[in-house]
Order: sequence, then structure tokens, then C-alpha cells
Amino acid sequence: MKYDEFRDNESLELLKKNGTNIFMTTVDGIFNWGRANSIWPLTFATSCCGIEMMATGASRHDFSRFGLEVYRASPRQADVIVVAGTIVNKMAPVLKRLYDQMSDPKYVMAMGACAISGGPFFYNSYHVVKGVEHVIPVDIYIPGCPPRPEALLYGFIQLQRLIKSESLHEKRESMKNYV
Amino acid sequence: MAEILEVKDIAQQEYLINMGPQHPSTHGVMRLVVSLNGEIVKNVQPHCGYIHRGIEKMCEKLTYPQIIHLTDRMDYLSAHMNNASVCLTVEKALGIEIPERVKYIRTIMDELQRIASHQLWWCAFGMDLGGLTCFFYGLRDREPILDIFEESTGSRLIQSYYTPGGLMNDIHPDFQKKVKEFIKYFRKILPEYDQLLTGNVIFQERTKGIGILSKEEAINRGLTGPSGRGSGFACDVRKRAPYHLYDKVDFKECLYEEGDTFARYKVRIDEMWESMKIIEQLIDNIPEGDYTAKMKAVIKLPEGEFFQRVETARGELICFIVSDGNKNPLRVKFRSPNLINLASLNVMSKDFKIADLVAISGSLDLVIPCMDR
Repeated sequence: MKYDEFRDNESLELLKKNGTNIFMTTVDGIFNWGRANSIWPLTFATSCCGIEMMATGASRHDFSRFGLEVYRASPRQADVIVVAGTIVNKMAPVLKRLYDQMSDPKYVMAMGACAISGGPFFYNSYHVVKGVEHVIPVDIYIPGCPPRPEALLYGFIQLQRLIKSESLHEKRESMKNYV
Repeated sequence: MAEILEVKDIAQQEYLINMGPQHPSTHGVMRLVVSLNGEIVKNVQPHCGYIHRGIEKMCEKLTYPQIIHLTDRMDYLSAHMNNASVCLTVEKALGIEIPERVKYIRTIMDELQRIASHQLWWCAFGMDLGGLTCFFYGLRDREPILDIFEESTGSRLIQSYYTPGGLMNDIHPDFQKKVKEFIKYFRKILPEYDQLLTGNVIFQERTKGIGILSKEEAINRGLTGPSGRGSGFACDVRKRAPYHLYDKVDFKECLYEEGDTFARYKVRIDEMWESMKIIEQLIDNIPEGDYTAKMKAVIKLPEGEFFQRVETARGELICFIVSDGNKNPLRVKFRSPNLINLASLNVMSKDFKIADLVAISGSLDLVIPCMDR
């Protein structure tokens, strides 16, 4: 399936019917069902967004409902890295290393204005990476400064949709240019 | 030929271990290089700058109302107090009198923020020591405060509610009712915290007598806030140099003489009680009036140097502004309590086990983005 079509959130069910191969789509379906419902995020927070990420995992918002279950402290056990907060020049190599340590398939969510574009530190700051996409490939962007827990949950649901419409034999668009 | 080491030589060798920048118990991206002798910590070398965004330099290009928005992003758990530091400095420099109503609302907001911050610290501290239940208890009780903030300020975490001369907008009509409801609720809940964690034998064994810092050392190293008061250093800016309405309300400065991790823990629990006491004294008496003083469209500070101390949830924050008479400051300096509290970590954790380092650094309640700015 084409990457462009993922942008249309409402036509996922329709897209799923348009698979190429009956065998492959069945296998894909089983795999994706399992993967999409057990995304474990990495405990990675640099600043304010991390607190909202904690709030998302806690009592009121409780993201275990969506199969996100627990934060893993080690990148080797995590499926998704939520870049929660500003990434500065000194942190960028560390982030890349963390991403490389994660095992495939892995996903990246840019949470908050800082991770998307530098946010409030876009102008005049000499030390901020203007968007985490310069360092690692990003799958989901969640705007806000910081985004509400509901927004993060919505982002996670979008990630699940992305995983569900993935194919085993095709590389993701965002990963294609990553070296 | 390889050098043959005797057993006693090996015992004396230093072993370096790298903690961070990605480590769940540093609460951010701080890197500690720990030298160990076996399991005993000999030296802790912190490395800063993993979240240095150049806020102080950025402030030089911005006007005073714009600076407020950057200060929330330093210490996001005491955003209101950070805003207050800049607002009070500008108000002091201009010599304007702000309405009584603003002072009442600011004091209440500050104390609510202090409770929220201590709750989050409590849940994170419990989690660091292996009590995951604390995480859910603490964040559950924090949500009502964030709801109160959201109604009045429009944002949960980073409010930017204070402006030079007053507030961004008036409080929500339900504000007083919601705050009173929360205080009533939290007075019932807070003893639960003690039952859950304070009285726990495992928790007490991991905190009592661990990470001791004497009063002299605390004063020498400028350890402020609840961490300093745990060592018996009476450093509460709210008592020493009152701002807002702190000279009119009755509250106790929580002091403990032990100076260990448990004392620092107790100070924060006691402070939550004191904050509730302050809010209760003020919440019924908020006077009517304007929510902001009359300010010029472009705020220009007179030439000179101005500073203001405020007590954040972590310690003493000083905002120091040098002005040359323009609408932008010439230089802004923040004395962050986190960076200066970090300086004591080396002394505190010396000769304790590496497992205690997590408890000790947790008890300092460091917020790394404030440290690096």
C-alpha cells in the first residue's frame, strides 16, 4: 500500500481490502494485529513533554488500555521512541545511538513543538536541533507545547493504524532514506 | 608481558561507570560519571548541557512579556514561580503597585503549583525506589490541580499565566469552589501517602541515614529549597524575603536537622500540608478588582540592575536583569536552584553504595532543563 494513502485516516479499512496477495495479507494481518496492540515505548524524556507522557501512562489517561502497557528503560526492549522534549546538539548523537540500539521494527514519534521543529527555541537559539527529523526518521508528529495526554493517545492510535496497514515485505517510507 | 596485579591492587583500582544521559532515574538527560571502589561511590562527576537551549541568551533578543514564555520551559514543574520571578523583577524595576487581587491569586497559584510539583516528585521518588503504586497515586491526585490550572489559565503544564503587572486573564468563576473541593479531597488523601510509603520499612531502610549532608556543608554549597531545609538550613525565601502575600499568611518553615534522604522526603510531605494551610487562609478572601495593573504597551525598564528571589518547589530561584533602558534586557541571569543543588550530590553520595545514588539524586528533586537552561 502507498504511504500517501495513510494520511487519510478514515479509509484504512478500505485500504486493507486492496492488498496485493491473499496469503501475504493474511500473514500481515496477524502480525500487524499483534504488533499494533503491544507497542512498548521507551522511557525517554528530555523536558516538559516528558511530564505529559508520564501523565498519559498514569491513572487518569492510562495508555495500557491501548496495549502500550509499560515504559521500558532499555532501548533494546522498546518498540517506539517518543521524543518528548527539545533535542539539542549535544543530545542529538545520543538520540541517534538510542534509536540504533532499538530492534526492528521500530517507530519514532515526535512529541511537541520542540521535537517537530525546535518550537519556541526555533529563533535565536544556537544549540537546538530544529526538528528531530534531522537526526532520526519520524513516523508520527504530535503538535502542542506540550501536547495534552489526549493528543499523545491520539498519536499512539495513529501509530497503531500505521502499523496495521504495514506489510512485511515492504520497507516503510520514512525508513527508506535512513542510513 | 602483562603486568601482574595483586589482589590488594585490584581492590584499590577505580571503576568508572556512566549513568545517563538516558537513564530513567536521572529524570531527564543528565550524565553522571561515577567512580566506584567495588560498590562504594567515591566520586560523582556530573556532565551538564544535554538540554542546554540557551534561554538566557535568547532572552536578550526578546521583550519582557516574551521572556515569561521561556521561563516556564526551564522548570516546568514550578512554571508559575518561574513566571513570578521575571514578573516581580520587572514590577520592582518599574516601581508599580500591583492590585491586591493579583497578589492573592498569585499566592494561591504558586502554592497549588508547589503541591503539584511535590506530588510528582513523590511519585517519581517512590518509583525510583521500586514502589510503582506511588506513581499512580501521585499522578491521580495531581490531575485535579491541573484541571484547576486549565480552567483559569488555559493550559495544564506550562501556563505563562503571569505577566508583568498582573495576570494574563481573570480566574474562572468556579476557581474558588474547585480549589476548596481539592483541598478537602487532598487533606483526606495525604495521610494515605504516609501509610503507603513513609511508614514502609524497606523505604525507611533505603532512606534513613543515607546521603547525609551537614548543615555547614549545605550552607557552604548553597543547597536551598526542601533539600536544604532537610539539613536544617533555614532558607525559605517565603520567610526570609517575603514576596506576594507570604508576610501576611501564617505558615511554618519545615526544618529537619538530620540531613539525610528521609529528612528531605519529610520536608516535602510537610510542605504539602503547609501549602494547603496557606491556600485555605486566602481562598475565601480574594478581593474584587482588576486582574492587572495599568501597563504601557511597550515595557521599558530603567537603566540598572534588578533582581528578585522566589522560592520554587526546588529552592531559591533568582532572576537578575541588567537593563540599558531598552525594551530588551542587556543580560538576563537565572540562578537555578537545580544546578546549585546538584553540586552537593558528590558530597552526599560519597562512601555510600551505588544503589543509594538513585535515592540521593531523587531526593534532590532535580529538574534538568532548569539546570541547563
